[in-house]
Amino acid sequence: MLFFVARRLFYLIPVLIAVSVLTFVIASLLPGDLAYVILGDQATPENVAALRHDMGLDQPIWLRYFGWLWHILQGDFGRSFRTGQTVLQAVSDRVPVSFELMIFAELIGLAIGVPLAIACAAKAGSAFDRFMTGSAFGMLSVPTFLSAILLIYLFAVELRWLPATGYVPFTEDPPANLRFMVLPSLTLALAEWPGIMRVLRSDMIAALQEDYIALAKAKGLKPSRILFVHALKPSSLTLVTITGINIGRLIGGAVIVESIFALPGIGRLLVGAIYTRDLIILQGVVLLVAAGFVLMNFIVDLLYAVLDPRIRHGHA
Amino acid sequence: MSDTLLSVEDAVVDLPTPRGNLRAVDHVDLAVGAGKTLGIVGESGCGKTMLSRTILQLLPKKAKLSGRVMFDGQDLLKLPPEKLRKLRGRSLAVVFQDPMTSLNPVLTIGTQLIETIQEHLELDLAKARQRSVELLAAVGIPAPEQRLTQYPHQLSGGMRQRVAIAIALSCEPKLLIADEPTTALDVTIQAQILDLLAREQQRRHMAMILITHDLGVVAGRADEVAVMYAGRVVERAPTPALFKQMRMPYTEALLAALPKLDAAPHTPLPAISGRPPDPTRPLKGCSFSPRCRYATERCSTEKPSLVAAETPEHLYACFHPIAARVPA
Repeated sequence: MLFFVARRLFYLIPVLIAVSVLTFVIASLLPGDLAYVILGDQATPENVAALRHDMGLDQPIWLRYFGWLWHILQGDFGRSFRTGQTVLQAVSDRVPVSFELMIFAELIGLAIGVPLAIACAAKAGSAFDRFMTGSAFGMLSVPTFLSAILLIYLFAVELRWLPATGYVPFTEDPPANLRFMVLPSLTLALAEWPGIMRVLRSDMIAALQEDYIALAKAKGLKPSRILFVHALKPSSLTLVTITGINIGRLIGGAVIVESIFALPGIGRLLVGAIYTRDLIILQGVVLLVAAGFVLMNFIVDLLYAVLDPRIRHGHA
Repeated sequence: MSDTLLSVEDAVVDLPTPRGNLRAVDHVDLAVGAGKTLGIVGESGCGKTMLSRTILQLLPKKAKLSGRVMFDGQDLLKLPPEKLRKLRGRSLAVVFQDPMTSLNPVLTIGTQLIETIQEHLELDLAKARQRSVELLAAVGIPAPEQRLTQYPHQLSGGMRQRVAIAIALSCEPKLLIADEPTTALDVTIQAQILDLLAREQQRRHMAMILITHDLGVVAGRADEVAVMYAGRVVERAPTPALFKQMRMPYTEALLAALPKLDAAPHTPLPAISGRPPDPTRPLKGCSFSPRCRYATERCSTEKPSLVAAETPEHLYACFHPIAARVPA
């Protein structure tokens, strides 16, 4: 197992290098010279040239890339030329918000999707199954901005149970923090559960056809044990994959949801950086988010091995 | 048979398919006495697996079933699910054909054994574990203690089938259904597994239904043999009577299709020509008539019913039974 972990970790290195190259190249390809952005439209060509030289922008791109990478390896991701805040500072301020949102959204999504998937698979083809599969398909096609607005209308405007926008850190006032998080998490979860349910449902229907389920029945096991142990465990690999991908996606912040609910998360940091052409923040945040995504996939790989002994032993 | 354990009476299984109704089991009558072995022989698709699933009540949901399956005085078809569940694994056990797919790949051998034992017997975990170790040892698995923590993929096919047998034997069943238990295994392992089944059957006085496509397998091991073709039992007899004098041309053809060790090299095998009939398009006459070398006009228009030969135990369904061999 230790060897397995070490090998997977080793494979991460080329992926992370590729991610850093792509991030840097894309940020450099964005139109508009950083020096012009900083100096504004009143800048003289001499000032621009001087600043470009100071920032190393007149150097070839590969040299700038290695310079950037060298600083990153020393823990210096650069700082915003607008706020003076370092990338790491900006990210660490906002990560807890996005992280909390992501965790709640995934938990609610799983809490809705998994039981429904099991119920549908157990009664595949029934009226309940067809209704739920249809509803899931319908929910998949509802964009988050729409469900966000509907939820705000229902719970904040009509019922007045929950606040529509705003944020309080968990450390300051836990109950208030949770009240602020409910609607944004629910909005994201409404988009998450249909995928979770459909994938797990079809995997479980396939598993329920297997010989080992017939044997489990022939052994006289309780239907609940057949469903939750014999069918659910081998069916959970794809579920882990999509949960991992969802979480990875949400690491980058849920841009729309964070904007609608005015949550100061990573998503809003990115949007702000794009609007203000804060390239240093942009490329630093994109790199960190991508690294988080890669790390999440690594954890998914490890979970596979926990769930399926054949992967752990290098058979599959 | 006075102490009949299982009797299948006029069982009919229909499966709706996109191409029409498929009659998988066609008016089958069978009986197994306590402690006895019934061999069911036939080609792939003749309905023998469907018959075993009928007994176990493991048919697909859409299957339509009629008839009676009496086991130990109860009609399995009328049993409520909870009572049926208490019977399965307890007094009615099964070993499937392919040990590669019949064990759950993500659960340890120990879990799969212990869960069966604890479901039916009032044993605590330590006792159930102990029993599992004894069972694994009984079916000839070396280092049984270590096997409990292993997963199916860490064992060879033969070892997995031994595990499946240990699971089947775990609660001392009265009847074991072995559905082609050796078909998926290496030839060298087949005899070992069959001998193991026979030995454990003797020791535990349990009845067994041994399903196979190989007449040679049942020859020395079954008390009675039923030959199935296209969903029907076409010949049924005590094993010695059958091999002494088979009546049904299909049985004869099955036996002739077995390779013989004493045949000269390059002797062609007398394979049965043609294929079994399409089960969604039943024939009017005898299902075997298109492939039968004795078939006449009558065979294609009229279905022969099971009739007794010289003893009432020997039944066959043929208008042109193979005549008694003239003693040399």
